Amino acid sequence: MNNFSWYDATTLKEAQNEADTTVSDMLNKDKKGSSIIKSGGIDVMDLMKEGLITPEKIVNIRNIPGLDKIEFDTKKGVRIGANVTLSDIEKNSVIRDNYQALQLSVSKAATPQLRNMSTIAGNLGQRTRCWYFRSVEHDCLRKGGSTCFAKNGENDYHAVMNNGSCASVHASSIATALLAFGAVLEIALENGEKKEVPIENFFVTPYENIKNENVLKSGEIITAIVLPAVNNKTKSYYIKQGARQSYDWALADVAVVVELSGKKCKNARIALGAASPVPIRANSAESILTNEGISESSAKAAAEAAMEKATPLEKNAYKVAIFKSILQRAILKTV
Amino acid sequence: MKDDKKIIKKGVSRRGFLKGAGLTTAGTIVLQTGVLAKTKENSVQSKTVGPGPVNVEMNVNGKTRSLTIEPRSTLAQALRDEIQLTGTKMVCDRGACSACTVWVDDIPVNACMTFAMDVGDRKVVTIEGLAENGKLHPIQEAFIDHDATQCGYCTPGMIMSTAHLLKENPNPTLEDVKHATRGNYCRCGTYPHVFKATLAAAKKIK
Repeated sequence: MNNFSWYDATTLKEAQNEADTTVSDMLNKDKKGSSIIKSGGIDVMDLMKEGLITPEKIVNIRNIPGLDKIEFDTKKGVRIGANVTLSDIEKNSVIRDNYQALQLSVSKAATPQLRNMSTIAGNLGQRTRCWYFRSVEHDCLRKGGSTCFAKNGENDYHAVMNNGSCASVHASSIATALLAFGAVLEIALENGEKKEVPIENFFVTPYENIKNENVLKSGEIITAIVLPAVNNKTKSYYIKQGARQSYDWALADVAVVVELSGKKCKNARIALGAASPVPIRANSAESILTNEGISESSAKAAAEAAMEKATPLEKNAYKVAIFKSILQRAILKTV
Repeated sequence: MKDDKKIIKKGVSRRGFLKGAGLTTAGTIVLQTGVLAKTKENSVQSKTVGPGPVNVEMNVNGKTRSLTIEPRSTLAQALRDEIQLTGTKMVCDRGACSACTVWVDDIPVNACMTFAMDVGDRKVVTIEGLAENGKLHPIQEAFIDHDATQCGYCTPGMIMSTAHLLKENPNPTLEDVKHATRGNYCRCGTYPHVFKATLAAAKKIK
């Protein structure tokens, strides 16, 4: 790691004044700036150890008071502070009882040690694990180069949809569950105001902006993630398939949130992770389930529809079969 | 604490020798005061510290230790290189193997992915701090009884993970043990013995 100075911020304002760029902009040679914020610090440290970023100053936002609470309101839903750790979410009984897909996604993420350190906001802000992106030797599209090395290279773990530009997949499997719940991010702006960004608009596809995976700009800090209220007819489930049962990134992961009336589905939200460069909704699968009974056959039809537009690369067609299988299982788990 | 260091350094060790070019032996460094360790005294003028060496105090295994670190030092480096607590192993240095597991305020973390600056006044417990009055922790005894180590490199991390599990959950199932050690890699493949040892230790503690 390069050497750098350290600033322990005690307010958002201080952090916004001290930091002058984002991790993503630091990876972009055209942008200026040398100080970045960190909270749990896992991905920042990882990128630094790999020599991908070399900040001159780290602004620590881990100790800013008020960002580490989980608040629950029967009408507004659950508000998870940006600095809440993944472990705190995993162990929270309100989340376990009402937002099962989120609890499952968190409990399958990373390792117990990393969950004790990682924050929910940092998990959403982390950069892709594509091994070409993570290698200083490879000047890939996302880092300002002119080639996607995965396209004709080792693409076993890459995107099976929307992979015409960059073929990486987003690293957060928790985002898959948050997308299915329709979470909203609260972001503090530099002028002291706050904006709310639905998670669907938070992630940026490589077609829109190859150098960023989310909309965060320098001076903007996520302060909370809000999940809308659920009722006793809301059921959810999440399945992640990795190469190993223990610690591993998702080869494929799916989250399903349905509103049921008996066994009939009134409304469905289905999200796919590790399928596309950003977590995506499976709209065609949702349409098949809406106003239908949840059964073996409707679940199978929805799973097929979710993968209809798949365009796998040379080495990752196996992921299409995994998606179909785990989506069908996850849908059936809601009843 | 400086005296401790001298005593340890009297013996010629490979590690001490290799450390020769390192941070602590530089003669002309200007030391800054760590903001996190000194917040209570409120004596710090600028909140920016580093990039050079920084003096901090850290509570490790119940004792307050004075350390000279840099903002880029990881907790694993600080423990191993500064206070010679080499029981904490550095293997992958990326949070992928958990050989470096220590407790910070009783929570297991990867020391290799923790900035030493982030510890502040929280309490660190390493593998060296588990035994009490010379008596091994029951999980350490159980690892010996059940032959749960081979090369031993993952062992301190495995013990810190499983000892924490027993603190949180005195009656773990096999699944609980597996979940608690999901991040701990053992390339020798001692997992079945680690699981047996943990379940046996749980029974013994009761």
